[in-house]
Order: sequence, then structure tokens, then C-alpha cells
Amino acid sequence: MLHWFNQHFISLKAFYATSSALLPWLITAFSLCFAYGLIAGLFFAPADYQQGDGFRIIYVHVPSAFTAMAIYAVMAVSGILTLVFRMKIAAICMSVSASIGAWFTFLALVTGAIWGKPMWGTWWIWDARLTSVLILLFLYFGFIALQSVIPDQQSRDRAGAIMAIVGVINLPIIHYSVIWWNTLHQGPTLSKLAAPSIAPDMLHPLLAMIAAFLFFYAVILLLRMRNQIVLREIKTQWVKEVMSHAS
Amino acid sequence: MHLNEIISMGGYGLYVWTAYSITLLVFGMNLFTAIREKKRVKKTLRHYFSQTS
Repeated sequence: MLHWFNQHFISLKAFYATSSALLPWLITAFSLCFAYGLIAGLFFAPADYQQGDGFRIIYVHVPSAFTAMAIYAVMAVSGILTLVFRMKIAAICMSVSASIGAWFTFLALVTGAIWGKPMWGTWWIWDARLTSVLILLFLYFGFIALQSVIPDQQSRDRAGAIMAIVGVINLPIIHYSVIWWNTLHQGPTLSKLAAPSIAPDMLHPLLAMIAAFLFFYAVILLLRMRNQIVLREIKTQWVKEVMSHAS
Repeated sequence: MHLNEIISMGGYGLYVWTAYSITLLVFGMNLFTAIREKKRVKKTLRHYFSQTS
């Protein structure tokens, strides 16, 4: 028990130090990818032969949808680590990820609607892709609501972990929805990695933007995990020392 | 590319620029939340340490 406590105490403290060293690199990587993706996507990628300049919404829509799903996958893996190994750091990662993931899902839905209006003639249809992404948003909301009503920290972590793991079934449904069901939504742009159905001039800004969105998630995740770490470890000596040095 | 073309985006300007603006807004919101949270946590910690020491 003492050993177990010691290990976990060390791991949160270690994570606090590691994240501090990582953050400048992540912020730099985000800035470079975001600047290149934004400028190349908006101004240098050629206009689409069918959608003209309207297709440029892809550079914010696809990365936000991709990141929204990636964040849920991170939550599910963190959920397993929380349940099986009782890792505190995984529980913190899971609960912080939920609100960031909800934001990216919201962004995917809104940019999708804005893209749908000129191209499909409608903001929204109840087809499989759009509906399953809306369910992803509700899964994030459900997770946040569930955690907010459980006062005990350990029960909160475990209940959240179970919900995150169960909800992961929605990810393959989202991914294959455009293949399994007839829909207005266009097929995947990137899933055929060997031969993406997009020209290189259009592809490179897209990849840069996906990287930028993931780096941004990582930056916000670490910033907010650090807040939760010091809160959870408020009674420890190291937090006291870190805080006295900081202020 | 001239400024007019950039703004009009081949007639899709309103859609394209709205989508990008909302993206920047959501990024800003996330950063703002993280920074505000940090300030609150620091305040909580300072309060806690002033009571315990």
C-alpha cells in the first residue's frame, strides 16, 4: 500500500515536471503547423474543380472532426488505465480531455453545417455521419454530467472510465457511417493512406492542420492537467514547494 | 491573389470566413479556460497554504 502510494505520488510529480519541459516544444510545433496550414490552405491550395474556394472549409472541418474522435480514443484508453491500474494521471487525462473533446466535436458540427449549406443546400440532415457525430457530442456531455454529480473522487474516476470505454463503440460507427449507409456526406479523404483521393497541393495543408489541431489539444490538455495535478496533490510537500517558487 | 478575391473566396467568402472565425474563437475559448483555471487553482492553493502553515 505504501509502495503503491509512493509510486503514484511520484508519477504525478514526475508528470508535472515532464509536462513543463514538453510544453514549449508543443507550442512551437503547433504554431508552425498552424501557420503553414492556415496560409497554404486559404491562399495557396488550388480551388476545387467542383466546389471552388468553398472547399477550403475542409482545412478546419476535417481536422476538428479527426481530433474530436482522437480525443475520445485517448479518453477510452485512459479509462482502461484508470480501471485496471488505478492510474491517477490517466483519470486526470480522461476528465480534462472530455471538455476539450466536446469543443472539437462542436467545431466539427458547426463547420460541417457551414460547409453543407452552400454545397448540399442544407445546414443539417439526419443521416448516419452527422447523427453519429452528434451522438459523440452527447457522449462528451454525458461524461461531463456524470462526473459532475459524483462527489467522491475515486467513484467519479471509475464511473467516468466505464462510460468512456462503453462509448468507444461510437468511433467505428462514425468512421464507417459514410460507407455503410447512403448519405450526402462525401466519402473519406484520407482513409486510403496509400493513395489519398486528394491532390498533394491540397493534401499537405490538410495534414499540417490535422497535426496543428492535435498539438493544440496536447497543449491545452497538459496546461489543464497541471492544474488538476496540483489540486489533487494539494496536501503534498512538493506542491507546496513548487507553488512557493512560482509566486 | 487580390484582396477582393481573398475576401469573396469565389462567392463562398461568408461561409469560409465564418468557419475559420469560429475555429479561432473555439481555440481562444480553450486557451482562455485553461489560463482562467490556472489562476483559480493558484488562488485556491494560496488560500490553503495560508491556512495550514
